[in-house]
Amino acid sequence: MPMLQTTVENGIAVVTIDLPGEPVNKLSTAAGPEFTETLGRLRDDPAVRAVVLISGKPENFIAGADIEEFTRLRTAAEAEALSKHGQDMMNSVAAFPKPIVAAIHGACLGGGLELALACHYRVASDHPKTQLGLPEIQLGILPGAGGCQRLPRLVGARAALDMILAGKTERAAKAYRIGIVDELVPQAILRRVALEAADRVARERPRRRPRGGLTGALLDRNPLGRRLVYRGARAAVLKKTGGHYPAPLAALEVVREGLERGLEAGLALERRRFGELAVTDVSRQLVQIFFATTALKKDDGVPAGTAEPRAVERVGVIGSGFMGSGIAGTAVSQAEVEVRLKDADLERVGRGLAAAAGILDGRLKRRRITKYEHARLTALLSGSADFRGFATSDLVIEAVFEDLAVKRQVVAEVEGLGEASPIFATNTSTIPIGRIAEGARHPERILGMHFFSPVDRMPLLEVIPTAATSPETIATAVKFGRRMGKTVIVVADRPGFWVNRILSPYMNEAGLLLSEGVPIDAIDRTMTRFGFPVGPIALLDEVGLDVAAKAGGVMYEAFGERLRPAPTLAAVLADGRQGRKNGRGFYRYEKGKKTGVDPAVYRLLGVSPGTAVSPHTIEQRLVYLMLNEAAMAVGERVVRTPRDGDIGAIFGIGFPPFRGGPLRMIDALGAAKVVEILRSLENAFGSRFAPARSLAEMAERGGRFYER
Amino acid sequence: MPFTTPGRRAAIVAGVRTPFAKSGTVFRNVPAVDLARHAAKELLYRAELSGAEVDEVVFGQVVPSVLCPNVAREVSLLPQFPRTIPAYSLNRACASGAQAVANGADQIAFGNADVVLAGGVESLSDIPILHSRRFSQMLVDASRARSLGARLGVFAKLRPRDLVPVSPAIAEPSTGESMGQSSEKMAKENGISREAQDRIALLSHQRAAAATADGRMTAEIAPWFGRDEVVTTDNGIRADTSLEALAKLRPVFDRRHGSVTAGNASPLTDGAAAVLLMAEEKARALGHRPLAYVRSYAVTAVDPGWQLLMGPAYAVPQALDRAGIAWGDLGLVEIHEAFAAQVLSNTQAWASPDWAAKLGRAAPVGVVDWDKTNLLGGSIAIGHPFGATGARIVTTLANEMVRRDVQFGLISICAQGGMGFAMVLERA
Repeated sequence: MPMLQTTVENGIAVVTIDLPGEPVNKLSTAAGPEFTETLGRLRDDPAVRAVVLISGKPENFIAGADIEEFTRLRTAAEAEALSKHGQDMMNSVAAFPKPIVAAIHGACLGGGLELALACHYRVASDHPKTQLGLPEIQLGILPGAGGCQRLPRLVGARAALDMILAGKTERAAKAYRIGIVDELVPQAILRRVALEAADRVARERPRRRPRGGLTGALLDRNPLGRRLVYRGARAAVLKKTGGHYPAPLAALEVVREGLERGLEAGLALERRRFGELAVTDVSRQLVQIFFATTALKKDDGVPAGTAEPRAVERVGVIGSGFMGSGIAGTAVSQAEVEVRLKDADLERVGRGLAAAAGILDGRLKRRRITKYEHARLTALLSGSADFRGFATSDLVIEAVFEDLAVKRQVVAEVEGLGEASPIFATNTSTIPIGRIAEGARHPERILGMHFFSPVDRMPLLEVIPTAATSPETIATAVKFGRRMGKTVIVVADRPGFWVNRILSPYMNEAGLLLSEGVPIDAIDRTMTRFGFPVGPIALLDEVGLDVAAKAGGVMYEAFGERLRPAPTLAAVLADGRQGRKNGRGFYRYEKGKKTGVDPAVYRLLGVSPGTAVSPHTIEQRLVYLMLNEAAMAVGERVVRTPRDGDIGAIFGIGFPPFRGGPLRMIDALGAAKVVEILRSLENAFGSRFAPARSLAEMAERGGRFYER
Repeated sequence: MPFTTPGRRAAIVAGVRTPFAKSGTVFRNVPAVDLARHAAKELLYRAELSGAEVDEVVFGQVVPSVLCPNVAREVSLLPQFPRTIPAYSLNRACASGAQAVANGADQIAFGNADVVLAGGVESLSDIPILHSRRFSQMLVDASRARSLGARLGVFAKLRPRDLVPVSPAIAEPSTGESMGQSSEKMAKENGISREAQDRIALLSHQRAAAATADGRMTAEIAPWFGRDEVVTTDNGIRADTSLEALAKLRPVFDRRHGSVTAGNASPLTDGAAAVLLMAEEKARALGHRPLAYVRSYAVTAVDPGWQLLMGPAYAVPQALDRAGIAWGDLGLVEIHEAFAAQVLSNTQAWASPDWAAKLGRAAPVGVVDWDKTNLLGGSIAIGHPFGATGARIVTTLANEMVRRDVQFGLISICAQGGMGFAMVLERA
């Protein structure tokens, strides 16, 4: 079946792009010949004066290049050839003797936007689904079909770098404002306006006024100004990536080459850099993460066909503290469901509702929602000091105090609301879900939903079924977590679940390093250089020392000596330091801003900070413990697949994405090598480094977590 | 007279209101629409009802905001409802909330709706302030002017007095008489003493305070989560007031010979109330046990130039006749207290053989027994958000009828324009 359908109306050819059998349009090399053939025919057809490109899909123009195709590339030369192929196609569009107008509704991303940019005129619908962007950087590559050339030429260096270097996607209104599209119209008249534009452009090529006024003239349209822009962009990229990601720097170089040396030179460097980047480990890992998250979006947490998730429109949240209000606010803002918040007294409910509404206020302030959406979403919130209004909930999430008896009490109260009681999710990080569900009348409706704090910003959710949880309950929780904007992994009801399990030895070791006199900032800096967004000590401050100590105790109780908490944490906590939340921790805070290490902590610990331990050793001790614990937990089937484990580590604790996650990192190093290093660490520092049995076995048989 | 139910019986399933607050206090910055939405939303949750079950929303409001003229539609556009529920707002002056209940009951009786959310709202903190006629005209002219010069020229005629804003007064458009003046006149013409008025006010405060303390009143109130505080009670109720304290207040409308004071009149109030009505069989199907049913109602009007607030003297006997019952069948009575003088003028008429003769009745309508009347206090203490009061009273009466296991209850409301409203509720 062909991808392109052409009709001719009054001398204007309308080419409808509709990839057969797919929900979205994608560009692949296979589409090349058909494009060439169609264009050739239209060029030679004297009855055609102009062309309109429009999508046959309801919700997208072209969503990008086919990424599957991309993973089959073996060498840089192959990748460069792919880029060249794309560039040639776009060049033939740009050089087409008759004007081509792109009529854009829905996602217009990557190669799709590059195609639109090669057209001579762009009309977009003002629908919120119409999003334009070049997200290639997020996959460790760069726009390789002329996007690094045509976008800066159209909108100027600053706006183009803004989009390309961050891989940002913009709504149609913004795209219109910065000049990517020439006309913004309601979807209902998109086709008509595109036809009219084609007719007009066939008579007279459009002239575009340069954008940005005086600043634009000084910075975008002036070589000296552009040098400033490049320098600023480079500094910003380095600050953001820590030098771990080559693609943004390469894209910056390519944009610069094109603007300073001309289109040909720019295209040549663009395809060369594309080729190089495409086969880097960084890009491979980022692509795998993309596939993993895409797969998770379709994964209901139970084998396909086992259960239909329940529709969730009314949610009860019990406990209006930091977690409860965060869950409430995120559920309202992302899933747009009714949320009723309950706590023991109305004052607490009021504070929780205010905090939940604060999440919406923030989105209004950042212009992510309009004031009308804000009013509608805020009205989804209500609160109560009793259970009235909970019986008709589809889902109840409790976030009360971490105490088994209290949580069981809540289960009993919710079950008492009636026979058709809602699905009950408990948000705990330390108590086994099975214990909470003991004695429940409907254990099949109970599971864990472990959110991370702050709920509105942390992208991961762990869903924890017990042996008794029904597939319907699991599927409902997973799907609702996804509606809340979370990446959801289903994990086993083992202490610490997945994320806290692999975090636990890492945090303990950081405490031990500290008690050996390694400076706080040396530990944290080593790990941010490794690629974590924050170091372990700073993370303790963020999580809260009290929370971390409680979790550490639970892990020690469950797993014994191997996960014995370092004495440092208790000593610092005993000084009344809880971390950021009370403004006192390992770091100092002024008005909520971290101002630096608090040297008083060293006195508390009776150590004088010095750097006897090398960064290499710091990194090994911390990272290998985490790798080992991850391997052990996989052996215990804490996660369903290595994929879930790696995604959990990346989204739950910020494990460096370019390393692909702890399990991919083990695969990259080789299990044997990891075991060897663990053994040497064990000799030097003690039995907590003893390789996990499953890892040792894997090393022996030369196994891997992922098939090659 | 044998009683037959006209159409299906409408059940009162539940009712909720916001706290009632003196205007300019806790709801100073809250638009009326937000109060109405709060009451409606909370009612929905307390009734454990899905928004999709509601067929129609009716709300009363006496002084609507120009920015939100159909407050009922904004209520039915709450995200808890599908966007497809029709809604209208009505104005039966101070009986608006009760009229919304009556209209809802009618729609149910006729079979046009199974579930109606009826209510009322008023914010006198959120009233439109108008420009003077001359200044408004200048603004209109300026907006039509074609040049800057012409635009400025329009304002050349501007005088300082044109900028004095016009706020709506609570006066009769047909007579210019304010409601307070009317009740003052009624006190004099009907011979209502200052002390009798103050006793009504005292009873109102004492009973409202007791009902707040024992939780009967707060059970009907949806807590309001304000910026800095949670409001759970009405702020006009004075538990500590006394006849002496009331006697010290100076008359407001006739300083020399008057008897109507701020103490024996209802205050300007902000608040909203909502009532959930269902067809009897629908309530049963959804598993609700109705509090009471609407048995009958009547609305009358008198010449506003006569005694403005005497409407109930006509409406109550009509509603009783339509219900097919006599005064003696009533177990509970709720009289809206706009002014104590108005309450007493009406009760006096009901008890009067002369009045009965005027109505062509063989015997007086009935004598009010204050041990069965306004048992949770009335509008003098609780406050009187014009559009909301009727819905508040319906809820309170229905709840109290259940508590006291009473078969029939009566509501009496006087309204601006000389209107009177009465409704009979029945149980089982």
